[in-house]
Amino acid sequence: MAILELSDISVRFGGLQALTDVSFRVSEGDIVGLIGPNGAGKTTVFNVITGVYQTSSGQVSYDGRPLKALRPHKILALGVARTFQNIRLFQNMTALENVMVAQHSRTREGVFGAILRTRTQKREEGRIREKAMQALSFMGLADFAGEVASNLAYGLQRRLEIARALASEPQTLLLDEPAAGLNPAESRELMHTIGRISALGISILMVEHDMKVVMGICRSIVVLDHGVMIAEGRPEEIQRDPRVIEAYLGHG
Amino acid sequence: MTTPASRKLWLGYAVAMLWLYVLLWPLIGIKPGGLEFATSAAIWAKLAAISAILLVLWQLKQRGVFDFVSRPAEAVSKALGKATDRVPTRLWLVLAFACAVAFPLVTERYAHDVAISVLVYICLGLGLNVVVGMAGLLDLGYIAFYGVGAYTYALLSVHFGLSFWLCLPIAGAFSAVAGCIIGYPTLRMRGDYLAIVTLGFGEIVRIILNNWMSLTNGPNGILGIKPPGAYWWQDGKIEHIWLGSLEQFYYVILGLAVCTIVAVYRINHSRIGRAFEAVREDQTAAELMGVNTLGIKLLAYAMGAVFGGLAGAFFAARMRFVSPESFTFIESAMVLAMVVLGGMGSIPGVILGALALIALPEIFRGFELYRMFVFGGVMAMMMLFRPKGLWPAKRMGARSEERD
Repeated sequence: MAILELSDISVRFGGLQALTDVSFRVSEGDIVGLIGPNGAGKTTVFNVITGVYQTSSGQVSYDGRPLKALRPHKILALGVARTFQNIRLFQNMTALENVMVAQHSRTREGVFGAILRTRTQKREEGRIREKAMQALSFMGLADFAGEVASNLAYGLQRRLEIARALASEPQTLLLDEPAAGLNPAESRELMHTIGRISALGISILMVEHDMKVVMGICRSIVVLDHGVMIAEGRPEEIQRDPRVIEAYLGHG
Repeated sequence: MTTPASRKLWLGYAVAMLWLYVLLWPLIGIKPGGLEFATSAAIWAKLAAISAILLVLWQLKQRGVFDFVSRPAEAVSKALGKATDRVPTRLWLVLAFACAVAFPLVTERYAHDVAISVLVYICLGLGLNVVVGMAGLLDLGYIAFYGVGAYTYALLSVHFGLSFWLCLPIAGAFSAVAGCIIGYPTLRMRGDYLAIVTLGFGEIVRIILNNWMSLTNGPNGILGIKPPGAYWWQDGKIEHIWLGSLEQFYYVILGLAVCTIVAVYRINHSRIGRAFEAVREDQTAAELMGVNTLGIKLLAYAMGAVFGGLAGAFFAARMRFVSPESFTFIESAMVLAMVVLGGMGSIPGVILGALALIALPEIFRGFELYRMFVFGGVMAMMMLFRPKGLWPAKRMGARSEERD
């Protein structure tokens, strides 16, 4: 049972209280949406989970294991992968290479294996390539494997980010505004894709502004406002929640 | 004739020529006896005339005046390109290797000497290429590892009489340790700060070599280093000989360079190489995609240092003398220039860079006085017109495919 659990997370940057006592959990196979107005602290939550920021108090645990003081690459190795709000691909590498990097934490061969091209190294390289191609095909990018990332169209770059995260064989996937900048058709396709990822048994936590996507696919939703959790529940509950409406629209 | 575009061009040209004179005159015209304009003006006039002719030719070409020549020439070169494309890469490599092997048989001593230093610099450039080109860590003190390798072999040879072949891996290992020592404190730095710190470390190593009299004999250097030994067929039986001729040294360094090329190529096309590149492209994203960035950066330093150290050990064996003045900052800058000039991250680029910076000045010995002038000019031109280097690293498609 891989459960991502945040309990009483607070993050302070100097005098700025970015998060205050945020607690929620992502159970296995769940699709959880994290929403809130701009500056609510959604991306901060992601950065805390993936070890980019340290919490001031409270703890994140994954699979019953506290993540505190683990470096980001260790957290990925535990099975939590993420994408970025502003696309952060390895721009000068090909799509395939981008995705192959994600296999780094799943593979072992070192420098000597690489220089001597040992049999195990070759086998491992083959496996990395195969896994990477699988991830690319899953996201419908197989035809672009040899293309340099920066030459891909925006929508494809978004998909490549997800492919890269998937290639790390995660159990939990954090998507940071995956629909940002996509047209309605692409958004619909994204929803379908997220459904397929979920069908693989991967839990998903996503930050998203596109309410159609969030309401359409998330099984539960967490709402943040100014770093405070103001609501949590099923989509239809959230839509009716007066505090949420107030946070988004202000006082009526 | 005078379209607005061409008028603009000539205006730009006039400004550039004026600028050139402003730059040129202080270099030539300011003399102890007073200011003088005639010499600089004469040189300037020549340069201006040549460039004006070139500009006119270029304009005519743009207008298509030379189409009757260039069209067929283009077709021929395209056909040639297609024909050469069909030859497999492996054949080219074999051909290049055969040429390299045959080189000393058809050339003179002097050429051997130049070829040896080109190959040494190829090793150094490839080593630095791992750090700068692949992992994107600007290292201005790289020559320190060359020095560590050279002194490791020098000391082990003089004091313990150890053989070159045994010391080669030891020199590599010592350099790797030095790489880690220098790399560790700089792990959290990026960009400019990193460059400054590595520059400082390079100087520290040189100053230690210069001042630790009891160990390194200071600026006097270390004499009496043994050349590499070998077993050779002689007078009907296998005998141990000391390598002495330049030709023999050439083959040793050729072997070392080939090993370095193969090793760097293979690292580049492995999981480690991809991690290096990921760190270069976006360190934070790399860390979040499971790359232990601190470990990988340290590894990059160590790998680069190993190749530098191996080249250093060879240098000590070939010169049979080492002193700190071989490891000054200008050498670091030279190696870095090769990497940048050739194309960061590109193996053939670094080789071309080493050839360009070591062999060409030797070929044009006659113009030695103008060497630095041309050097600077060429560097500036390169950065303007081919910012990615002579032979940029290839990344399109085929790069990832297993082709070897």
